[in-house]
Amino acid sequence: MPDPATGVTVTIDGVAVVVPPGTTILEAAKRAGVLVPHYCYHPSLPSPAVCRMCLVEVEKLPKLQPACVTTVADGQVVHVNSATAKQARQGVLEFLLINHPLDCPICDQAGECELQDYVFQEGRSGTRYAEYAKRYSPVEDFGPDILYVPNRCILCTRCVRFMSDVAQAPLLNVSERGDRAYIGIADQQRLDHPWAGNVVDLCPVGSLLSKDFLHKARAWDLDKTASVCPGCTQGCNISIDTRDEVVVRLRPRPNLDVNRHFICDHGRHDYRWLNRGDRLETPRVRRGAALEPEGWPAALDAAADLLRGATGRAVVLASGRASTEALGLARRLVDAHAVTAAIRVPLGDEAPLPAVPGLALRRERVPNLQGAELAGYRDAWDEGIAALDGAGVVLLLDVELTDAERRALGASGAPVLLLGTVDGPECHLATVALPVTNMAEEIGTYVNRDGRVQLYRAAKGAPGMAQPAWWVAGELLERLAPGVAGPATAADAFALVAQGVPALAGLSHGALGFTGRVVALEGAGATA
Amino acid sequence: MGFPHPSHPKETVVLSRHFGDPAARGFRGWVDRGGYEGLRKALTMSAEEIVAVVKESGLRGRGGAGFPTGLKWSFMPKPSGKPHFLVCNADESEPGTFKDREIIRWTPHQLIEGCAIGCLGIHAERCYIYIRGEFTEPWRILVQAVEEAYANGALGTDVFGSGRRIDVVVHRGAGAYICGEETALMNSIEGKRGNPRIKPPFPAQAGLFGMPTTINNVETLSAVPHILVRGAEWYKGLSLASPKSTGTKLFSVCGHVQRPGNYEVTMGTPMRDLIFDMCGGMRPGRTLKAVVPGGSSVPLMTADEVEDCALDYEGIAAKGSMLGSGGMIVMDDTADLVRVVWRFAKFYAHESCAQCTQCREGTAWTAKVLERILQGKGTAADLQLLQDLAEQMTGKTICVLSDSCAAPVVSAIRKFPAEFEAYLSGRREPVPA
Repeated sequence: MPDPATGVTVTIDGVAVVVPPGTTILEAAKRAGVLVPHYCYHPSLPSPAVCRMCLVEVEKLPKLQPACVTTVADGQVVHVNSATAKQARQGVLEFLLINHPLDCPICDQAGECELQDYVFQEGRSGTRYAEYAKRYSPVEDFGPDILYVPNRCILCTRCVRFMSDVAQAPLLNVSERGDRAYIGIADQQRLDHPWAGNVVDLCPVGSLLSKDFLHKARAWDLDKTASVCPGCTQGCNISIDTRDEVVVRLRPRPNLDVNRHFICDHGRHDYRWLNRGDRLETPRVRRGAALEPEGWPAALDAAADLLRGATGRAVVLASGRASTEALGLARRLVDAHAVTAAIRVPLGDEAPLPAVPGLALRRERVPNLQGAELAGYRDAWDEGIAALDGAGVVLLLDVELTDAERRALGASGAPVLLLGTVDGPECHLATVALPVTNMAEEIGTYVNRDGRVQLYRAAKGAPGMAQPAWWVAGELLERLAPGVAGPATAADAFALVAQGVPALAGLSHGALGFTGRVVALEGAGATA
Repeated sequence: MGFPHPSHPKETVVLSRHFGDPAARGFRGWVDRGGYEGLRKALTMSAEEIVAVVKESGLRGRGGAGFPTGLKWSFMPKPSGKPHFLVCNADESEPGTFKDREIIRWTPHQLIEGCAIGCLGIHAERCYIYIRGEFTEPWRILVQAVEEAYANGALGTDVFGSGRRIDVVVHRGAGAYICGEETALMNSIEGKRGNPRIKPPFPAQAGLFGMPTTINNVETLSAVPHILVRGAEWYKGLSLASPKSTGTKLFSVCGHVQRPGNYEVTMGTPMRDLIFDMCGGMRPGRTLKAVVPGGSSVPLMTADEVEDCALDYEGIAAKGSMLGSGGMIVMDDTADLVRVVWRFAKFYAHESCAQCTQCREGTAWTAKVLERILQGKGTAADLQLLQDLAEQMTGKTICVLSDSCAAPVVSAIRKFPAEFEAYLSGRREPVPA
């Protein structure tokens, strides 16, 4: 018998589960593997119990109960799929549809629409509202990226509650009453809050739409990949949605410890660089003035020769978007040298999401500042640039340099090994240029500001001959250090890096799962 | 009394004794008529004693639900350092109901005194009177009476020298029927949209501003001073049928009677007496067809059901309807009941707060179907549809507004099928809605 102070037993559709006291029937049902259909309920928002979709039958109670706000009682027997409960849901669905335009063929939400899903699952097959005109209101422009289509709205008020209770910027409201009600926006205001885009994800129907995604792709044509937002050091969990090898949108992926169900608009919209067309696609080796295409074996040999022949201080300039694996192995390439290893960390304004402690768009706009520091890099870009003067060898890991920085690099006269994603002006300064994948094309880990090591997965194919930077560095390491085998997989690469980083000891890709693992950052880095 | 008519011998005038007497409005006039004796007595009693008397009297909520008032007061926690609030619901908006309006218009001090005693009973120092926005004249009178009560020491920091503090704040609504629902009313006072809240928590745990709150109707609170002065036994004795219904009840009678108005009768008085004696019955040559006994939210009653119905909570419930607010709409044989329930449904469709799906969409759909029937375009399937909608709108929402829309429709279809048949078969001329 469970202790009533710590657990109550409820039976839901015949499945008995023990849940903590105070759990709602809806959440308890999830534990029992029973989905209670719902619209207004959302685990990251307060529950108003207004859609009435989650009404369930509770034995010994005369009326159906809203599962989203009714807490469990010990010994309770709940029926989610009884005839009475189903009839009530069918009633709600019928009511929701009478004024719904059913313009699914032109609606972005189709395919991931909760109204569509539940109607298909258990709604009536025909309408009894045939004689009347549906309610009509024109589309409203709510903000820089948000359109409101009132005709499709089911008044679940998730958007209103997100803005008032989570963003704590009460810009949205329910205006009017009865069947004339619609979502209103505060007079003279725009929905331009840095986290406003979440209302589009929260909307269970196609009523709030992203202009960026408008009519871009059908939901069923999208491939979704679990990833980590590369926008800042917060490390929000995201899904990269691609269609035919093109990233078409980023959406939040739930991680209650990092970002709950939200991402900021900065992260959401900064994805076009993942689709850049001006990519470095072929390994190139300098022969005189010309940088000539080469196959991988010859190019790797040339790069290994470059490193082997180098003397003096090594300067490594890396992107904070590079994986921990790539950063760690690249750093290992120059272990024999005195090293200045720096990453560039662009800064912006911090934008917290008030109701979620510890969640903000961070000032540091790179995803892997902590991972880089663990791997022996410093957030000291200017020092890195200054060290170019007199450097013996320079390693560039997917960085873009300013004109002045390129001049400094050229003036140093040191051989330059470039691992890059973009066929940019930096290539002209390279001795050997090797094409690498961007974060959407590889498997890797980022370490967020709290030391959470999180895995991101490959969402699309690599262009041309590009390979993950960890693979390139591993191949070079194999050539430079006899006895070291280059890693065959990203997981191997992580294991190799972890050997040299105490904080990562014992971790593996397999252990990270979909929500990551937290490691101690304090004094644990390999930085001397 | 049947103001503006003189009181009828069959009435029992307690609350309405001074209706029509402008001198009773002022503080002095009210004291001359025995006013504020109840409050003075309450100041000598403990909260528990006050609650015990009210419990013993059998007084039940006059706003519609009929919940025992003393019991409701006893749900309030002991003083805990948190402020307690009394809220008086004066948002009388139920179609057919106009009793609270007259109480406030003629005897505002009767209500203020009841509010003050209520505060003492529930350990509250502040009472909010939420008055319907359209009640401009009653509001003016009430505000003036509150000022007078303060000036004469009946309210304020030292009520009648007792050292007790009681404040009364008059808050005006802005024209929403739903704000008469107690939790919507609290949201409205708090400055929020007047949407009903989910219960639990109940107001006694977390009500106005999240504090323990009791909410009572105007007529309920107005009865309290009389109970304190004349005793629970006296009040309990005012009962002609069921012992569970005690005291007097004001009925606002409107419609096809010869003398519409407010009538105060002892609980259990035959409904026939009210309609046919006190109100003078039907117009000459007309016969009774239907009665809505307790405001537009309750099921209709047939003439047969009226015959032997006792006017109390149990008597009307026995006829399948509800005493409700006491807003009695009487209809003779000229009434078109399809049109009547359509008008009711239209009202609810207009007033739905739009939170719950069944109510937001169901009230409007119900009104549309009834409109079709009125236009002569109805079919037998529409009657089934109306009943299906009513089923979906009953017992499934946060508050009972959608239930209130459904009840008259269902009862009309069941009790007066011929009214609908007349439209469906083309016997009755279509009416442009």
